[in-house]
Amino acid sequence: MSRTSDPRRVPVPVLTVVALVILVVSLPIATALGSTSIPLGDVVDVWLARLGLGPDSSATSDTIIWNIRAPRVLLAAVVGAGLAIGGTAVQTLVRNPLADPYLLGVSSGASVGATAVITLGVLASAGSWALSLGAMIGAVVAAATVFGIAAGQGGLTPLRLVLTGTVLASAFSAIASYLVFRSEEPQAAQSVLFWLLGSLARASWDQLLLPVVAVAIALIVLVLFRGWLDALMAGPDVAASLGVPVAELRVVLFVLQALLVGVLVAVAGGIGFLGLVVPHVARLLVGPLHARMLPIAALAGAIFLVWVDVAARTLAPPQDIPLSVVTGVVGAPVFLMLLGRRRYRFGGEG
Amino acid sequence: MTTHLSASDLTCRRGGTTVLTGVDLTVEQGSRWAIVGPNGAGKSTLLRVLAGIDHADRGEVRLRGRPIEQFRLRDRAREIAVVSQHEQPPADLLVRELVVLGRVPHRSPWSTARDDDDLAVSALARLDLGGLADRPVDRLSGGELRRVLVARALAQEASLLILDEPTNHLDLLHQHELLAMVAELDLTVVAAIHDLDLADRYFTHIAVVHDGGVAAQGDPATTLQPELVRQVFGVHLTRIAHPSTGDLRLLIDP
Repeated sequence: MSRTSDPRRVPVPVLTVVALVILVVSLPIATALGSTSIPLGDVVDVWLARLGLGPDSSATSDTIIWNIRAPRVLLAAVVGAGLAIGGTAVQTLVRNPLADPYLLGVSSGASVGATAVITLGVLASAGSWALSLGAMIGAVVAAATVFGIAAGQGGLTPLRLVLTGTVLASAFSAIASYLVFRSEEPQAAQSVLFWLLGSLARASWDQLLLPVVAVAIALIVLVLFRGWLDALMAGPDVAASLGVPVAELRVVLFVLQALLVGVLVAVAGGIGFLGLVVPHVARLLVGPLHARMLPIAALAGAIFLVWVDVAARTLAPPQDIPLSVVTGVVGAPVFLMLLGRRRYRFGGEG
Repeated sequence: MTTHLSASDLTCRRGGTTVLTGVDLTVEQGSRWAIVGPNGAGKSTLLRVLAGIDHADRGEVRLRGRPIEQFRLRDRAREIAVVSQHEQPPADLLVRELVVLGRVPHRSPWSTARDDDDLAVSALARLDLGGLADRPVDRLSGGELRRVLVARALAQEASLLILDEPTNHLDLLHQHELLAMVAELDLTVVAAIHDLDLADRYFTHIAVVHDGGVAAQGDPATTLQPELVRQVFGVHLTRIAHPSTGDLRLLIDP
């Protein structure tokens, strides 16, 4: 990588270190901020004590810091990284810059599952896991349906995937709307809307493990297959002539994004714009090769969502603002700016 | 001469219509074949099947005597490089990064060979494109992009080069430069070519594709006969000597 002399690009190692530092500094600051602010010193004391790196903290806010805020901040980082990675995977799969992680129907399927839990009380035996479980089941069903229809019609080509995903997303949204409409629960509509727009309010240490595993697996697999992904980005025929098993690679990408996005939606609901915009920003900074842009996208997504969640918690206390409200307000202008860059296009289907 | 690539009785149907019927072709090691024919004659399909990225409904393609389907994808890609007509790489990819993609079949997907970058740079240098290495691909002219894609084929270290309409949309000088450059590479070449004069001048063999079949094939002088050209292309062809060099050139009249 030492020979990248393109002046428009930032060296990857430098950027990685900078992003890591920003993330590590952001975590305790974000933990301190909230509807009630906590002195940063207390936060650091509690974190160090809990990690076995310092004396037991006597801070009175120990519970808030460790049981409520810390898992939430960490979940924000993990979900942010995951959405950026998922967005990259879907954009490469369908060779389309307007693709986001929710394009292929996974999230709308999840919303049907979550809505069924909220309005019908299904899966009540799963307790606090019911919402996540319902969303996950809905996501898997939706992904399998999109996959089955696209594969049955001749293969996971970009156009077929986008059309199938979009059409099925409308169908699933219709089902979810019907469930809300016929519900007699007065709060149902608001609960569903809140979930659909993304929230980390239910974050707990228990909920952290699954997304961490999903994001780690996705990142590792994508980085392992970076050469093939770069070739696929240049076009399916190019990839085929370079010896890439295009059909099989598309199946791997589809399954990977379905599992990753399914898990993320299950723990955090739908968070708009992040998975669309962050991969673009990473490509602008370090270029489109996956080995370079994936780690940067993951770090940028993590930092971004940590601060989005801070905004969601602090702008209108004591209420949480849904995350998509914040990402939409920030993301839309950023995306329009990106579109305004003449040279920014992706693949041949632009 | 040994046979590099051969096709026998290739028949392809696409979307209900028969695109190729009973195509036979034998490409010797080191020869350069121009596939000519009117639009829709089946040239592109033929090239895709010869490259192994598309499959025939009947008949077979053999690479070095072995059916092409028997090659592992990676092994096939080390033998055959393709420069397609429509390739539009991501705009912000650097030329060097585009050329390094030629190394993909030479490594497992999860490894990076340290000398890949050097091979890419030397492939560019071989085609006098060294100065373009750090330029983003969207700052290339059409002619530069085609030559860079040939450089990627060199980095791929394949011995057979398949080119689909390599001179399309290039201005006259660049058409000649590109084909002259390809002719000097010491590779076996199969290329779809629109311009009969270019095919006549830069290729050792010509196959005339018409209505999905090969209407004539062989060396350019005997293959491009006025009667055949009139039947296939609907134009009149005259061979005349160049007034200053004496080389035979094609004159085309409607």
